[in-house]
Amino acid sequence: MASADELTFHEFEEATNLLADTPDAATTSRSDQLTPQGHVAVAVGSGGSYGAEDEVEEESDKAALLQEQQQQQQPGFWTFSYYQSFFDVDTSQVLDRIKGSLLPRPGHNFVRHHLRNRPDLYGPFWICATLAFVLAVTGNLTLVLAQRRDPSIHYSPQFHKVTVAGISIYCYAWLVPLALWGFLRWRKGVQERMGPYTFLETVCIYGYSLFVFIPMVLWLIPVPWLQWLFGALALGLSAAGLVFTLWPVVREDTRLVATVLLSVVVLLHALLAMGCKLYFFQSLPPENVAPPPQITSLPSNIALSPTLPQSLAPS
Amino acid sequence: MAEAEESPGDPGTASPRPLFAGLSDISISQDIPVEGEITIPMRSRIREFDSSTLNESVRNTIMRDLKAVGKKFMHVLYPRKSNTLLRDWDLWGPLILCVTLAFTTYILQIFRMLQRDSADSEKDGGPQFAEVFVIVWFGAVTITLNSKLLGGNISFFQSLCVLGYCILPLTVAMLICRLVLLADPGPVNFMVRLFVVIVMFAWSIVASTAFLADSQPPNRRALAVYPVFLFYFVISWMILTFTPQ
Repeated sequence: MASADELTFHEFEEATNLLADTPDAATTSRSDQLTPQGHVAVAVGSGGSYGAEDEVEEESDKAALLQEQQQQQQPGFWTFSYYQSFFDVDTSQVLDRIKGSLLPRPGHNFVRHHLRNRPDLYGPFWICATLAFVLAVTGNLTLVLAQRRDPSIHYSPQFHKVTVAGISIYCYAWLVPLALWGFLRWRKGVQERMGPYTFLETVCIYGYSLFVFIPMVLWLIPVPWLQWLFGALALGLSAAGLVFTLWPVVREDTRLVATVLLSVVVLLHALLAMGCKLYFFQSLPPENVAPPPQITSLPSNIALSPTLPQSLAPS
Repeated sequence: MAEAEESPGDPGTASPRPLFAGLSDISISQDIPVEGEITIPMRSRIREFDSSTLNESVRNTIMRDLKAVGKKFMHVLYPRKSNTLLRDWDLWGPLILCVTLAFTTYILQIFRMLQRDSADSEKDGGPQFAEVFVIVWFGAVTITLNSKLLGGNISFFQSLCVLGYCILPLTVAMLICRLVLLADPGPVNFMVRLFVVIVMFAWSIVASTAFLADSQPPNRRALAVYPVFLFYFVISWMILTFTPQ
């Protein structure tokens, strides 16, 4: 009987690894078939001897288990090579991940399919840096174009927009994944199902999903309905990417928690997009300038200060 | 001063190397990631006599350093595949260029404030001295860290040296823009400045990639070069938009 229990436990491991590796594996029927077996296997296997687990680990050569062992041998976080392991990507891999975030598909889980459990920090960091500078540059360009059309607006270069853009983008791209990761881990403690993503994978998801906002230089075109169209398109793409990636993790949770979590994620993303559009791309005359503090991470005093000096004399 | 002889007690670079070692020999030590190979050709034998540089006159010391900096400026202006910038790195050149850039911004800001002399006490939105300084140095440090983390075999200060020296074309562009602005402003004026800045930006990128590209494996070269592009783009944007209209 002990050997049969060991075999059952082993198959459960293999099955979940196969489920994780294949992209179209989000079929609920298969996981439902496995679940009662899995429950029984876990209950019996954990009660059995630890020799069974060791044997399983030695025999299994799946990537997930190997990686766990590798992670146990990773150097401490105070050494340089620890951080080097997060930059272990090639140009083609980064481009592939960017493409995967631009075109989200319902069956493709970004983490499993594109990251393949090897998150990197290069993408999120430099995409955030590029986005911050692009926002600042186009914010100034908006003012220049507005001055061309309406010479009464006094254009003075706004360098503080660089600081504001940088702080808000980096806070969003790092604090929101931290909160999400913490929340998912807390729920994992309640549910004990398929493991949530690691912190770096969450950061990667958010970082790469911000890439779609970089071509929003197109917001410079002063046609309002076109601007709203581009904004909706960008928001739709990146929010869809986030939802499709988070869905397999929250699916096993209660329906209420899942819907609330996903709607909060989409709402925060929409707030970021709206805030960026209103703060950096406004071309209203100076009297009406007072963008509401919609981003929670933006300091409210910066958001409320008028961005255009109210001088009437042309320079 | 960075042209000192290599420290004798350095465990990472204690092995003897031929004098004109190729770029691939300049590798980081795993123990001390910020060390670099700092040798000067044809001088390492003479430097065994420590008193030779202590007893020379101050003029000699300064002229030697100035000549080294000037030689590196020439290497940047005519970028060839040479190892001079990497072998004898120093940070004087980047410091001079960064201070020039930041100080010119400061002077321009003072001029703007004097010109306006109205009750408009709105803070002028151009970059402050500190902002330019911080962007240049922290940008260079970030790019260097990025290149090291990606697995490049260039040392920390060598990379800082290359990035700092390649700001030279953009500093020249800023001075040219300032001179061009002495003429009457207009769209032609702006076109000329735009053209000058674009040309100098391309020159900076070509110069720095000529030195930095070899230090990365070929499948990561684009990943290491893109932040350099972003860095010089931001500096060019600052130069173009923050000179007064």
